[in-house]
Formats: sequence, structure tokens, C-alpha cells
Amino acid sequence: MTALTPISRTPVSFYVPVVAAAGALAGLFVGTAQGSTILGVLLGAILMGAIAFVITQIIKTEKASRWGVVVLLAIVGFLLGGLPAAIIGGLFGWFFGWFSFWLYEGRYRARVAPYLTPGQVLWHFTFRVICGAILVFLITPILVVMPLSFNAEDFFTFTPEMLRFDPEGYSLKHYEDFFTNADWQQALANSVKIAPVATLLSVGFGTLAAIGLSQPHVPFRRAIMAILISPMIVPLIISAAGMYFFYSRIGLQGTYMGVVLAHAALGIPFVIITVTATLVGFDNSLTRAAANMGAGPVTTFFRVQMPLILPGVISGGLFAFITSFDEVVVVLFVGSAGQKTLPWQMFTGLREQISPTILAVATILVAISVALLTVVELLRRRSERLRGMSPG
Amino acid sequence: MSNGSATTGPDQITGATPDNAMRNADRADSGPMLAADGTTLKSSLNRALRRQKLRALMLIAPLLIFVLLTFIAPIADMLFRSVENQIVSDTLPRTVAALKDWDADGETLPEPATFKALYTDIFIAQERKLHTRLGSRLNYELTGVSSLFRKSGRKVEDMGEVYQDQFEDLNGYWKKGENWNALLGTPAWLEAQNAWEEDSGAAQPAFEPRPEIAAVLPQTTATFEIFADFVQNEDKDNLAKKDPWALVYSALYDDLTAGADVAAYAGPGATELQEAAAAVSGFETVDFPTAFEDIDEDWQSLDVWQTLKVYSPNFTSGYFLNSIDMQKTVDGPALRPENQRFYVMLFMRTLFMSLVITGSCILLGYPVGYILANLPAKTANLLMILVLLPFWTSLLVRTSAWKVMLQQQGVINDTLVWLGIVADDSRLALINNQTGTIIAMTHILLPFMILPLYSVMKTIPPSYVRAAKSLGATNWTAFWRVYFPQSVPGIGAGSILVFILSIGYYITPEIVGGRTGVFISNQIAYHISSSLNWGLAAALGAILLAVVLGLYWTYDKIVGIDNVKLGG
Repeated sequence: MTALTPISRTPVSFYVPVVAAAGALAGLFVGTAQGSTILGVLLGAILMGAIAFVITQIIKTEKASRWGVVVLLAIVGFLLGGLPAAIIGGLFGWFFGWFSFWLYEGRYRARVAPYLTPGQVLWHFTFRVICGAILVFLITPILVVMPLSFNAEDFFTFTPEMLRFDPEGYSLKHYEDFFTNADWQQALANSVKIAPVATLLSVGFGTLAAIGLSQPHVPFRRAIMAILISPMIVPLIISAAGMYFFYSRIGLQGTYMGVVLAHAALGIPFVIITVTATLVGFDNSLTRAAANMGAGPVTTFFRVQMPLILPGVISGGLFAFITSFDEVVVVLFVGSAGQKTLPWQMFTGLREQISPTILAVATILVAISVALLTVVELLRRRSERLRGMSPG
Repeated sequence: MSNGSATTGPDQITGATPDNAMRNADRADSGPMLAADGTTLKSSLNRALRRQKLRALMLIAPLLIFVLLTFIAPIADMLFRSVENQIVSDTLPRTVAALKDWDADGETLPEPATFKALYTDIFIAQERKLHTRLGSRLNYELTGVSSLFRKSGRKVEDMGEVYQDQFEDLNGYWKKGENWNALLGTPAWLEAQNAWEEDSGAAQPAFEPRPEIAAVLPQTTATFEIFADFVQNEDKDNLAKKDPWALVYSALYDDLTAGADVAAYAGPGATELQEAAAAVSGFETVDFPTAFEDIDEDWQSLDVWQTLKVYSPNFTSGYFLNSIDMQKTVDGPALRPENQRFYVMLFMRTLFMSLVITGSCILLGYPVGYILANLPAKTANLLMILVLLPFWTSLLVRTSAWKVMLQQQGVINDTLVWLGIVADDSRLALINNQTGTIIAMTHILLPFMILPLYSVMKTIPPSYVRAAKSLGATNWTAFWRVYFPQSVPGIGAGSILVFILSIGYYITPEIVGGRTGVFISNQIAYHISSSLNWGLAAALGAILLAVVLGLYWTYDKIVGIDNVKLGG
């Protein structure tokens, strides 16, 4: 966004106290951590206020002074608490350097509407800080798991060695455990055996049905749709209970086939939803044109319709795959020890013998989901492009 | 079309052309419109439409059948199990029949005949090892019944042995299984049975009662048939080598004391039978009520018999009453005593915590949805990744992350201690309680709130708020009176989605909820896998299902089933 408001430098009486207040807040935490709150607050306020004044009024060259603050605070941190504190100090330095100039040059005003009152500007930024905090809340658990999976100890928290960035505090032993432990490997093998077959079933049936549902005249369309979507609506525990009862009646409980069928049923709504969504934009005159030129229904389907709805089918399939790959409640009831999947192993791991190998597995799964997310996003774009190209 | 005139232009072609059809239609004013082939247009259209419908249904049919079989049938089975109660009448058919006329409200115990029926039923049930199952089933309704049945099953044989011993003392003939087979079976069957070899793999010849003896000793024959069926089909033993149950002896005693016309019978064992018939009047008898009292005096308690009677029908509302803290009594449904109430509290807690989770999701999701909808597209897409990444990450990964972070020695407590906000010895209890469940589930369900909010807020034109402000509204008024009402559909959709999802959650409460932070679904799982009270699990599930379907119906009314979006 380009600047909305012409900016001008602000008076010392405005930005130095603000920076000092921020410094006091930072000092509050550092001080408490070091054992003296009041001293921390005072020192933080005075130090940061002074720095802000010096770099804006005396040194004045922005780039050099901001780097200077980073180095200065990193050294202070290092003297106080070694390498980790040095890094925190450096970050503080970067922030305060930027913050001082941001306020001093009046840049904070540049991108907000010129008619806002100071109070409104303050709210504007407070609101962004709140949103930032919520986004941090969303992402932190995932970010915390990753470094912890490299823990050299069997702890679930950061050891002092890790905080010191001591290479000895880190190791790949949990990953090694995952790749060598028979239990985990068996679980992985089971997951890999179950998920693709379940996905294939749901994609095969689901795509056909989605094409049927998109025809102009379908009797009982709403009722059929409701039945097909129901596996997504019904709480998993109820599906699991029902399947457990019913499958043990017909001898499918505790079998590979039972788990595959159950997972296929759970994946179907996702295929139906994504494929029907793709078919909404499908131009039926294309199939008529194909038929007009002599193509049979099968040729028409594979040469005309299929390529156009393929992105939808694949992303539906990915959803179904993820559903099966992540699913634990149903497999817990429908499966037996022979069908123990990765999530099941994680679940027992979390409930009984807590082992940090779970964190290594979690990190691997996060990597997989990032990859899948990317694929789905690319497919979505491709689908939009394809539909944009088709006439009508 | 009706204005189409047939007089324009010479048309020499006769037969089925569209023009001719139209002309025909015009000529026959009152007649129906005809298609080219002479059928009425309406039926022709209908036929084409029917073909289309049929094709659509053919495409849908495989999946529909698949879902019906793999998903709807299990749900129906669960609903059936929540009322099904055939185990009592299947295991104790005679007792149930005898109890039909017993006045459960009265102060008297059932007739001795009922005790006798109970003896027969329990005897057969313990041979089939079914009495413990029934015991544990009834134990859900009345504590102590399980051990009562187990004890009775062990000792019920003693009652029959009273008669068995006396018959055997009278004549050694009665000791041997082959004598019984000769007496009660047809000669043809007996021959086949004796010729049968266990290792041959051929089916054992099914027992056939001798018609003459069945007329004389009806009860004995019937009991022996049950015994023979059990040995041949359930135990897979050679009937020729088995001695009958003690129960058969008591049936024989009953037949003989009832005045069986033994003189009419002349087949094998006739002399022994006549000897026995003469002797039975001097036999020591068993007083069944007293005998049962000797096993356990609980058989003298009205509670046990009332429970038996109340649960004797094939279908029962008992499980549903249990799941709302009531119980079935002879006087109809009644509330359980204060200290046994649990499920209503659990349902309340599930609802309350789901509401709190939905509330915190609104609080946290609204600002994020707003900022995503109002930032320039490029930045918004970048921030959207932060929302979508947790959404796409395995549920187990996120739950394990929270378990790690919320522990006493976990990351959050460590950070708080390091910052000096809490003292090292008073670390916060964030896990294994409601706080843990609420924090973790809010995080897990937050994307489900943000995504619908975002898609609704994206459609709100920013000019409305600007217009409000230019007309003199303050920031707050512009937001509250102009922006907020337009975003309400998003809040509604997100809230119902989050609420539906959270009310049925199992994994996260199970791992971070401890004892006080668990939901109704955890209790369902407990009843399926630990307490094995499947009927109660099914009833709790049915109630939960009804709530969810009700909410889902509301969701459909507000948002529409077709508007479910996945991953933005």
C-alpha cells in the first residue's frame, strides 16, 4: 500500500517517553527474571529512552545507529546470560532501533487515513498487536514441537543446554527411534496400507456420485446429499461406536477390511463436496459438443470431463487421504492391534508411555501436511485457471 | 407455440415432422400437444426426464449403497442397541414367562413355580456360560446381581444332583448316558449316533426323540433335547459318550410325580422306568425357593425379582433413563438417588464447555477474521497460511503439542517461572482439568471459526462503515450498528460449526482433560471399551446424535448444506 498521509518528524517529547515506556515493559520482564523488578523497570526505561534520544538526535544516521543498538544490546545480553541472552538482546536492539525511528520519523502515520485522531491511530496499532498475538497463539504449538523433537534428553521441555544452543543439547535420537523402533514402523506401515486404499474407494465412488448429483434432475437430491455428507456431521465417537457394534456383528471388527471401509466412509463427504463444487462451474455444452462429434459417454468422460474436474478430484482425494491418515477414534474401535496406525500409536504414546518420539513423528507429520497444503493450493489455482478458460 | 399457423407455406411432407405435429396440435384444439412421434408432448418429455433421472440415480447408487452399508447401518445398529434388551428373555425364557403374572408392586415373592423355572433357566444358561453375561447386564441396573448369578450358576447343579443321586442309587441303569440315549432316542438315530466317528469330519446325526416316550415323559424329552442340542452343536462333543445333565433327572422326577403313564411304554428301559415311577413318591424333594435362599439370600429380596421383571421385555427404555440419571422401577421411571446422578451433570458440563470454547473462538477469531478480510490480498494470503497450517496439521500433533506445553514442567509454566510471574513451587495446573481442555480445544477449533467469519467479512463493503463515519458515527457506533450486524451470519455459521465439533470431541479431552475436563464422548468410549455396558453407550450416543443433528439442521437453515467450505 502506498502512503496515505504525508509524514513529518515528531517532537522529542512524544517519542522518547513512548520508547521509554516500551523499555520499561521490557525491563519489567528482564528485571523479574533477574530477580529485581523495580530496578529492571527503571533501568529499561532510562536506557531505552536514552538510546532513542541519542540515535535520533545525536548520531542521526539511521542504518548505522540501528546496527549499533543491536550490537550494544547483544553484548549486554551476553554479559548477563551467555549466548541465548545475547540473541534476545540482539532482538530487543533490533526492535528498539526500528521502533525509535518509526516513531521519530512519524512513519506510523504514513499508512493510515489522514483524518484519524491520535487515539484512533493508537487503536489501529493496538488492534494489530492483538491480532498478531492471536496468530502467534495459533502457530506456537506447532513451532514449539519442532525444536523440542531434537531434544537430546527425554524431556518435554527445553533443557538449559538447548537454550544455550549447545550442540550437545540437540540430537536426532528421537527420529532414529522412530525409524528403528518396530512398533512405530509397524504403525507407519499400517497407515500407509490403509489410507491409500480407503482414499481410492472414496474417490472412485465419490466422483461418480458427485457427477450424478450434478445432473439437472435428481430426485430426492437433498435427502441423498444429507446421507452422503452425514459421516462428516456425526461426531466421530458416535460413528466409531456404531461401526464397532455393527462390524463386530458381521465379523469386520478387527480386520483390515473393516478399517478401510470405515475410513472410506469417513472420507466420502470430502470428495463429494470438493467434486460437486468443481462441477458447479462445469459447462455441460462441452460434453454435448463431444457427443456431437461422435464421442461415446466413456470417451467424453475421460477425454473431456475428467481433465477439467481433475483438480477437484485430486484435492478431494487429498482430503480423504488426510482424513484416513489422521483418523484415530474410529480405528481405535474398529481396528485391533494388527491395524495400529500412526495416530493410534501416538495416542497410546500420549496416554501411557510418554516418549518424545511422538514429537519427532509430529514434526514429520507437520512437514507432510505443509506439503499437502501446498499441493491443494496449487490445484485450487489450476482449477480456477482451467475454469476461467472454459467458455460460458 | 399455439399461435403457430399451419397455413403458411406449402408443406408436402406427410408423416411425423415437427411441423406436422404442431399442425396436428393446432387442429385438435382441446387435445393434448403431440410430439413428433405422435405421443403427447408431456409423456415424451416425461420419458426423457425419467431417463435422465435414472442415469443420475445409477451414478449415485453405488456410493449410496456403500454409505448405507458402511455408515448408516452402523448408526441404525447403535440406535437399535440403545433400546434392545433381548438378553433377559433369551437367557431366562421360562422365568420371564412365569413372572408375567406376578404382581411386582406387591410385598410377596414370586410363586415356587417361578423359582423352579429360574432353576431350569439358570441351569441351561450356566452350561452355555451365558449366566455371567446376563449377570453383568443386570448388574448395571442393580448392583450385586452379577455375583448373585455367578454364585447361583456354580451351585445350581447341586439342586439337580439331589434327584440325580436318588435315581442313580435306585438303579445303576440311570448313571449311563447310553441308556438314556436308548430310552429317549429313536432306534434309527441311536444306530447312526453309535456308528458316527468323531474324527470322520461328518456331521453328528441330530438327536431324534422317540415318539412313544415323548408322549409319556414330555418334560424329560424336552429337556433332553436341549441337552442333546447343546452337546452336539455347541460343545461339539459325541453325544453317545455324554451323561445327561442333572437337569434331565429333575425333569424325569417331575414327569413321574405328575403321574406319567409309564405302563403304556414298552421299549428299552421300560422296567427301570416302572421301577423309578414306583419309587419317586418316596424321594427327597427340593424346595426351590429355600434352595435358592441357601445359595444367596438375595433371592429372597424383592429388588432382585422386580429388576428381573422390569427388564424382562425385549425392548427397554432403561438405557435412556439411565443416561438421564433416572431408573426404571416397577412404578415407572424415577430419579436416581442424589449420589448416583452423573450423566445430566456430564451433559451439562459438555454443553457448558462447548459454549465456553465457542465463545473463546468468537473472541479470538473475530479480530483475526476482520484483519484478514481488510488487509491487502497479498498480506492476507500470507497470514492465512498461519491459520491454515494448524488447520491442516494432524489433530494428534496439535494435541501432543498442547500436552507438552501445558504440563507442570512444560514450556508455558517454565516460561512463566522464568519471567517470575509465578513462583517455582506454585506452577499453574493447566492440564488434566477443564482449563487444559478449553485452551487446547479453542486452539484446535479456532480455524473453523476464522474461515467462515473471513468469507462473510470479505463480502462486507468497506464503504458502508466509511459512510457511517462520514455521517457522524463514532468508531464504535459505526462498528456496532453497521459492520457487526453484517458479520453476524459469519458468527452464526462459525459458532454452530465449532459447537457441533466440540460437543462430540473425544481425543483432546481424553488426553488433556484428566478427570474433570472430559466430555460425554469419553464416557461413551469408556462404556464401550471398559465397562462393556454397550446399551448405555448406545443410549448416550443416541442423545448426543440427536443434539448434533438438531444443531446441524439449524446450521443448514442458516448457512445451507452446500456452503460448507474446506480450507478457504
